[in-house]
Amino acid sequence: MYAALKQYLDRWLFQLRGPQSGVIVLVQRRVFILPTRQGIVFGAVLVLMLIGAINYGLSLGFVLTFLLVAMGFNAMIYTFRNLANLRLSATRTQPVFTGEKAHFTVCIDNPGEADRYSIGLTKDRQEVTFVDVPARRLAFASIGIPAVRRGLLRPGRLTLFTRYPLGLYYAWAYLELDTQCMVYPRPAPPGLPLPSAESNAGQGAQRGQGREDFAGLRPYHPSDSPRHIAWKAAARGQGLLTKQFSGRADTELWLDWGQLPPHMHVEDRLSHLTRWVLDAHALGMGFGLRIPGKTIPPGAGVAQSARCLETLALFEIPHDPGHDQSA
Amino acid sequence: MTQATISLRNTLWLTAALAMVAAPHAVRLPWWVTMLAVVLALWRVYVGRTRLDLPRKWLLLMVVVGATAGIYLKYRTIFGRDAGVALLIIMLALKVLETRTQRDAVLLIFLAYFLVITNFLYSQTVPTALYMLICVWVITAGMIGLNYMQPPRGYQNQLRTAGLLLAQSAPLMLVLFLFFPRVSGPLWGLPHDAYSGVTGLSDTMSPGSIAELTLSDAVAFRVEFKSAVPQPQDLYWRGPVMWDLHGSTWNIGRYHFGEPHYRALSEPLEYVVTLEPHNKPWLFALDLPGKVPPRTKVTSDLQLVANRPVTSRARYDMTSHLEARYGVDEHPLVLRRALQLPSASNPRTVAFARKLREKFADDGRLMREVLSMFRKENFFYTLSPPLLGNHPVDDFLFETRKGFCEHYASAFAVLMRAAGIPARIVTGYLGGELNPLGNYMIVRQSDAHAWTEVWVRDQGWVRVDPTAAVSPERVQSGIAAAVPRTDPLPLFVRGDYAWLRQVRLTWDSLANTWNQWVLGYNQERQHRLLSNVGIDDATWRSLAIILVGATCLILIVLSPLMLRKLRTTVSDPVKLAYLRFCGKLKRKGVPRDPAEGPTDYAARLSRIRPDLAPAVAAITRLYVTLRYGADPDPAGIRELQQQVRQFSA
Repeated sequence: MYAALKQYLDRWLFQLRGPQSGVIVLVQRRVFILPTRQGIVFGAVLVLMLIGAINYGLSLGFVLTFLLVAMGFNAMIYTFRNLANLRLSATRTQPVFTGEKAHFTVCIDNPGEADRYSIGLTKDRQEVTFVDVPARRLAFASIGIPAVRRGLLRPGRLTLFTRYPLGLYYAWAYLELDTQCMVYPRPAPPGLPLPSAESNAGQGAQRGQGREDFAGLRPYHPSDSPRHIAWKAAARGQGLLTKQFSGRADTELWLDWGQLPPHMHVEDRLSHLTRWVLDAHALGMGFGLRIPGKTIPPGAGVAQSARCLETLALFEIPHDPGHDQSA
Repeated sequence: MTQATISLRNTLWLTAALAMVAAPHAVRLPWWVTMLAVVLALWRVYVGRTRLDLPRKWLLLMVVVGATAGIYLKYRTIFGRDAGVALLIIMLALKVLETRTQRDAVLLIFLAYFLVITNFLYSQTVPTALYMLICVWVITAGMIGLNYMQPPRGYQNQLRTAGLLLAQSAPLMLVLFLFFPRVSGPLWGLPHDAYSGVTGLSDTMSPGSIAELTLSDAVAFRVEFKSAVPQPQDLYWRGPVMWDLHGSTWNIGRYHFGEPHYRALSEPLEYVVTLEPHNKPWLFALDLPGKVPPRTKVTSDLQLVANRPVTSRARYDMTSHLEARYGVDEHPLVLRRALQLPSASNPRTVAFARKLREKFADDGRLMREVLSMFRKENFFYTLSPPLLGNHPVDDFLFETRKGFCEHYASAFAVLMRAAGIPARIVTGYLGGELNPLGNYMIVRQSDAHAWTEVWVRDQGWVRVDPTAAVSPERVQSGIAAAVPRTDPLPLFVRGDYAWLRQVRLTWDSLANTWNQWVLGYNQERQHRLLSNVGIDDATWRSLAIILVGATCLILIVLSPLMLRKLRTTVSDPVKLAYLRFCGKLKRKGVPRDPAEGPTDYAARLSRIRPDLAPAVAAITRLYVTLRYGADPDPAGIRELQQQVRQFSA
């Protein structure tokens, strides 16, 4: 019953019909306003003042009370006006890992001649960002939403609100922006050895970690030659690291689903693979990714790493535009 | 968020605003209350500046208990007007001291508004109103300050916004003021001191009491005459009538309500009196009052007594007969009361009166003899007479011979009674100052006067003013001309400086308008206003309809004013025409992308709607030339507008 009513209200009154792309203009129909608790207390104070004025026959008491009543009415228009006609659009989001906060930034455009003050953006009333938007300017309000699951995170329903100027009213508008944030799987704790390049490529030992040119450091694992341990780094307290040397350009490191123990859970596998991608990228190595249903050919660099992480993030997640983790 | 801590900037602003509102109370409060409030406020400022911890609760509680006890000791109550205000001030100062959060601050704001209204309990003059308006402005700016998350530099912004908000509230305030249904009178019993501190005549008269009143230049009432203003010697404003003498004090006695019998000998004189509150029931009218205002009774000795003490400004229509015969067939018991004298007091006066009675059998001759004694012998009219002893009339008549009107009236009445002529004392006001600005008469407390009435066979009660015998100037020219220059009269009453007098009259005229239209706006005036616009016997319902209608009207008119400037206004005709063209295309389902230039848009349109291509190309070419070309040609603009108008997709 309650859920049905809420849904009806959402659809009819608040006009929420899924995410909206492009610029959202806060037309009159989209801005809602209600008195705050302060506003109700203010009303009660005015009633007391009116009774006092009547009882003591204070003409100026009437003047003051009525002035404040009129101001209360006008404050409603002022609060509404502080939000009305703003133009809102989403900006690009930066990918995050599961467990971090996804940051959504809303661009607030004030096309009018009146300055807007203290406009708050919130998801859940816990975290609020306030911005001022001067006349004919843009302002950016950012909100962090915890990314609890991998995949694409939509911000869901955000609330843009204001209490300016008197705090007697709360005006708000609901936003469902057509934007999403890529949430990578949570990386497994560091320290997991990378699979050996040759074991995948079936070629001679130590190819990928040849001795020609120093390429970077990676965590030590017991099969590494002690001669390649970065002792200076160990002396600095960074733990045991193995020096890596890029030998041939065609070194192929495969990060393979099948390399992980067969009884391992899907999400754990994805975490491990994520860790491997990060480590391999940090070491400047080229690598390929092989997961059920998808194979990414070897490559290196930021783009390769992002592509692999994205693939891991979206593993077995249907492309549902309405998918909303935070709902 | 309301739990956020309040910034130093807001703390200082609020403390200053509260200090502004409370300042007028400072002179009325006990000195230690003022001191305590100042110390507490300064403590808060110090704590705010140095970021120390706010004081502990138990300390504040001790201050509360101590201050409440102090107020109780001072006023013998913690309720009532004065004690209530003192308590409110202390509580406010303590609240300032413990203000930490936004919520506390908002409460302070509301209390500050409330404190404004307490000032009106003491004064509702124009300067007070202006000062309090400034206070309300500052408080409102403080409230806006609380709602900034990033306060802008300086205070202009919040002051400007508050000013605008208040200015735009004025029309609705006016409508509410005029049409909000007014009820008269208090809703519940008021504290006994609600109206204390007002001056005026009392129900007793002793030597010096009227002279003391004369030192005040406060306005007693104002009068608008509907026809010619009477002569100065006719301006006897009748008030309480004194019958009984006890020692040196005359008393009003018990009221005897009843229809007095009089016969008018002159045309009725019509006028309107606006009486200042004096916390006593009497209304004042020229002798002889020929009409009884509503909710008022008349006594058999022609006092107008209102049902309730006059605690707010009263306005009433009056009619008087300057010449009338009254009380010819007075009841013998009443006449006997008018002959009573306290036994064994003023023996010399009584003996003197008996001697006169033996000498003059005729009442008229006797009276003339006494008056001529006042006139011819060395009697002085002065505001500062010497003190009198146990037999005050004896002392005055035979020793000091210096007195004010109450001395002469009292002595004359005692002489008459001793001589067997019924007499009584009438107190009231004599004269008044005509204000040519606004054309009304001001009667001040300094015009207070006392005279006598004696009962003469076949003539009834006759007014005899013994002061007129000793000082005719008092009647003709007012108090300032009558008393010695060394007497301590209020500066304004003297009227030595013409320009000062002018300033004073201008000011009083303003105050009178203020009183009539702002302070005196009550149920009666509201009804009169409504009947002027054609609504007779206005009910609550009709008032509610007017109120709601007018409020809606004002909001409809004002909202666009407040909501303007929200959109970018396009004033360039070229751009305007192009936007209209884009609007037409949007309605056809081919809107322009926000990032699409006119030329790209035209190219895309020619692909998806080849039928429109020629018109679109022409308009786009024209637009680009006009907008980015060197010098826009008026003919070109007209051409563009024409083409856009004709364009139909």
